[in-house]
Amino acid sequence: MTIEELQHKANEVRQDIIKMLLEAGSGHSAGPLGMADIFTAFYFEILNHKPEDPNWGDRDRLFLSNGHICPVRYAAMAHAGYFPISELMTLRKLGTRLQGHPERKRLPGVETTSGPLGSGLAQAAGYAYASRMDNKRFRVYCVCSDGEHDAGNHWEAVLFAGKNNLNNLTAIVDRNNIQIDGHTEDVMPLEPLDEKYKAFNWHVLHVDGHNIEEVIDAANHAKAVYENPTVIIAHTIPGKGVDYMENDPKWHGAVPGVADIPGEPPKGKQAQIALHELRTLGGKIRGEHE
Amino acid sequence: MLNPKAELSTKIFQKDIDMIPNRQGYGEGLVIAGEKDERVVVLCADLTESTRSILFKEKFPDRFIEVGVAEQALATLAAGMANYGKIPFISSYAAFSPGRNWEQIRTTIALNDVPVKIAGAHAGLTVGPDGATHQQLEDIAIMRAMPNMIVVAPCDSIEAKKATIEAAKNGKPTYIRFAREKTPVFTTEDTSFKIGRAEILWESENPQVAIIGCGPLVYEALLAAEQLTRMILVNTMVINCHTIKPIDEEMIISAARKCGAIVSVEEHQVNGGLGSAIAEVLTRNYPVPMEYIGMPNSFGESGEPDELLEKYKMKSKDIVEAVKKVIQRKIN
Repeated sequence: MTIEELQHKANEVRQDIIKMLLEAGSGHSAGPLGMADIFTAFYFEILNHKPEDPNWGDRDRLFLSNGHICPVRYAAMAHAGYFPISELMTLRKLGTRLQGHPERKRLPGVETTSGPLGSGLAQAAGYAYASRMDNKRFRVYCVCSDGEHDAGNHWEAVLFAGKNNLNNLTAIVDRNNIQIDGHTEDVMPLEPLDEKYKAFNWHVLHVDGHNIEEVIDAANHAKAVYENPTVIIAHTIPGKGVDYMENDPKWHGAVPGVADIPGEPPKGKQAQIALHELRTLGGKIRGEHE
Repeated sequence: MLNPKAELSTKIFQKDIDMIPNRQGYGEGLVIAGEKDERVVVLCADLTESTRSILFKEKFPDRFIEVGVAEQALATLAAGMANYGKIPFISSYAAFSPGRNWEQIRTTIALNDVPVKIAGAHAGLTVGPDGATHQQLEDIAIMRAMPNMIVVAPCDSIEAKKATIEAAKNGKPTYIRFAREKTPVFTTEDTSFKIGRAEILWESENPQVAIIGCGPLVYEALLAAEQLTRMILVNTMVINCHTIKPIDEEMIISAARKCGAIVSVEEHQVNGGLGSAIAEVLTRNYPVPMEYIGMPNSFGESGEPDELLEKYKMKSKDIVEAVKKVIQRKIN
């Protein structure tokens, strides 16, 4: 795919995220919208995988630590051919394979069960360590949020991967600067994040998380790093694509159409405005962390 | 009398009975499991010597992974390794694993349904002088509440070895609890062991009370049974219910029908432990009077192991008293 085609695909993924959330009636808005470009880059360019054979042994593994942004993963997987796009509309409904937070046993291809924050990188590191014991050549990727860097379990994994020079492991940090209670630097400051990773024996790259070419280049760059695990700090705009959601912590765990929020469009118009911008339909979703 | 089919130690009631901590059986079991299956790996959180993981480390250094004092990573790294296809055993003290990392175990091991084996050493009151922080007395309760999880509390070092070897083969998330202290080795290599199946170790004619225990206190139960018989007081049966989950319902119902009264014995909080698991079976199937030997909703404290067992009433004489009490309730 050309970069332009990938950008077009990412836009389709974004529109499906909104459609899914509207149909589901609950969920997270900002994170999935902000990560649409990166997940599109992974499923259509970076990953060595076979959507028709999700358990193919030599596939690259993509772990998602911050499971709450799973709508973006589901949408990208559906577009890549893992399952019919129509199944996206079952998100969060009884009997669905698309659980509110992803579960390994329910949907082939999600690699692990996640949601409780801070535990994904350790699972990815354990996986990378085990596969290196057997000289496997596939790569292990792990998408993390910035907010989950508050968790001790995450830093335990950073220590472990640094100690063991897990060069087959690449972490991607969604550096969108928001978490549920506000801006990350107010809730629990993380900067200088890159210096922290360097001090833990990681190779650090920064990318514009909405520049698909940069994301692909960084993932390729990481393959050439021999001595260390690599972290790609991807600077993203939460809520990307819906103007009033962008960079606003209020939309981390909220969705349009549920409540009048000070400083935001009135309840009855939130969905309409979002839909206008993303050209989708709907309007009955409710927030996650009320 | 002792059940001859149980093939218990000939030295069972002698003073020179072998005394070995059952965590030693874990270490020996790890080596055997590692020899049988190269997928077996061991992760340890800075307690390699005392959890006896050192035996595996010495034999298979390339399959031993030190993670430092990081029990949450211990569980989640192992979850990733099991997801890949390894059979990880994770070694720490029960106070920390599953004490500290319960949520990680729940989400990334149990819900994920990957075959990580959680070894909780130094469980129970008999950790002794270390005090209440290190006396894990709630682990059975928190682990048996978890879907997909198997929970085993071996009674001695030989049974601990068997449980470790069998856990490596069962393909399921499994918690095994071990103790610190040297305790009597009263089973033998020939004693039957299968996860999920309780064993009758003692059965007198027309037993009136069934004593059902797990862990090293099963030995105290046998001492109590022997004493009750010798004093011609009460005929009993003693059941080693090493697997708390899945519990051997058939055995428990059968014991309740045969005896009409039950005493549970465990080095764990009465709330939520083996006794509770037994009571759940009884109330649904065949309710009979029941008494509980265990920690009475209290934390422990520093002291010598035997002093603590005396103070918190988990010795054979306390079991004798519980048997007398439950018989009175049955008669009334």
